[in-house]
Amino acid sequence: MKRGWFLPIAAALGFSFLYAPIVSLVIFSFNESRLVTVWSGFSTQWYGELFRDPQMLGAAWLSLQIAALSATIALVLGTLAAVALVRFRRFRGRTLFSGMVSAPLVMPDVITGLSLLLLFVAMESLLGWPQGRGMMTIIIAHATFCTAYVCVVVQSRLSDFDRSLEEAAMDLGASPVRTFFDVTLPIIAPALVSGWLLGFTLSLDDLVIASFVSGPGSSTLPMVIFSKVRLGVSPDVNALATIIIGIVALGVLAATVIQLRSKPKTSAP
Amino acid sequence: MTATRDPTIPPPRRLKPWSAVEKGLARVGITGRMLVLAAPVLWLLVFFLVPLAVVFGISLANKQFGRPPYTPLLTSEEGTVQLTLHLNNYIRLFTDNLYVAAYLSSIRIAALATIITLIVGYPMAYAIARAPDRWRNILLMLVILPFFTSFLLRVYALTGFMRGNGVINQFLGLFGIEPIVMMQTDFAVYVGIVYTYLPFMILPLYTTLVKLDVSLFEASADLGARPVHTFLFVTLPLSIPGIIAGSMLVFIPAIGEFVIPSLLGGPETLMIGRVLWDEFFTNTNWPRAAAVAVAMLLVVVVPIMLLQRAQGAVVEK
Repeated sequence: MKRGWFLPIAAALGFSFLYAPIVSLVIFSFNESRLVTVWSGFSTQWYGELFRDPQMLGAAWLSLQIAALSATIALVLGTLAAVALVRFRRFRGRTLFSGMVSAPLVMPDVITGLSLLLLFVAMESLLGWPQGRGMMTIIIAHATFCTAYVCVVVQSRLSDFDRSLEEAAMDLGASPVRTFFDVTLPIIAPALVSGWLLGFTLSLDDLVIASFVSGPGSSTLPMVIFSKVRLGVSPDVNALATIIIGIVALGVLAATVIQLRSKPKTSAP
Repeated sequence: MTATRDPTIPPPRRLKPWSAVEKGLARVGITGRMLVLAAPVLWLLVFFLVPLAVVFGISLANKQFGRPPYTPLLTSEEGTVQLTLHLNNYIRLFTDNLYVAAYLSSIRIAALATIITLIVGYPMAYAIARAPDRWRNILLMLVILPFFTSFLLRVYALTGFMRGNGVINQFLGLFGIEPIVMMQTDFAVYVGIVYTYLPFMILPLYTTLVKLDVSLFEASADLGARPVHTFLFVTLPLSIPGIIAGSMLVFIPAIGEFVIPSLLGGPETLMIGRVLWDEFFTNTNWPRAAAVAVAMLLVVVVPIMLLQRAQGAVVEK
């Protein structure tokens, strides 16, 4: 087939559009001047400033804890949901269930945040739990939407692996539970890793939902960033962004390598 | 006497504890399936479905001072329970120009931004799908990478790019072009949506395009169709599920977007997510915010159903 010039050029333009702002943000994080857009010399002072800011550090620590816990809850719930959706062909309420699992993927954040806040307030006045809002309520909220993402990732892995392996284990006398832990789980492990990582980064990134369900004294990192950025550019946010982008780039790179290596070499041509 | 066990011989199988538990549960009518389903079903009922019902309930209350800041729906007086519903929040939604204008402008901005994202994203997805194997995974990773990078920080990166003395204007300045005002305009909001949601458009498009059978294009070319015709009459129709899925993945969250209009848009950029936010945080009118949310949900229900169907088609093909 003849290769035209249109597609490569369009793709190149598209990728530069995606990356140019990020690259400029990284470059200007090493800028000496407080003006984020005028280059005046190389400096790492904004990184130093970042690590001396107790508000930023506290928020970062809180966000990391929330992200780890909610990703773990979501991993368990999302995997169970994916197993149910892929392996149980028919059950009562399947349509409702699959709708409930995937709707949080696209639900506008303001609706999710408001609805969970109103639920927590109503529950507190009816049941006395949760008392006030803070880390716990943010974890619950994040686990809920991360479950949807984990489920999608695990579902696609479950549906394209060879079921005869599971059948063989059961023919040899393994119970369904044992088959799941000894056969299925190792095979879908890469999907579990990427599902957890996806949940972790999404939780770390959420501003809107956390703003609704957090309480006094529990400001997450995005909430602190947002209040800073709203007042104008600040170079220490550039430094923070560079660190986050660096970690994410390494993580995605590692995940891609793992996924590529562990791809089952089936369907030989 | 203790015999040391030969390590090459596996230890004897113990009784499987699970099967006993399973049999016991089966006797009371609980199957393994129910156990798998129980946790996610309960969690999603309590933290997804019930909250939506609560929003609907509170949208029928009235604002009051106190904790919580809304009137109770159910009041009991001397043994009789009274249900009080207020419709004034919904009446205000339809009579107050602010809300009507915010809905219409959210839909307009989201729809136009979705079309632009499709125009930008389609060639990229197609290029990736047609790229040689060793390139494809790298290009896909380049699409996914920004998706994992903080949404908030990417919007912030755009502000540094588009502001008055930003990178674009400095670049234009090299050619003696006067700085263009981009920030705090609707234009910046469109750029922001296209920029942040582009990966959501590219990934489902790529998934459909990569599965298309190359022999179809060859057949079309052999029968004398020009590349443009092959694209319009073969590729495009076959990629419709991907187009719908990608468009809905952009359109639905864009309607309720809050971060982009508040960081990139100007004071006159009216979007419903921002109105809901202000209603809740600035005016602390929770029932009004709830009514705005219910109306927003009605706007996105049809797109969500479209997405469900399109996703099924994207995955199953």
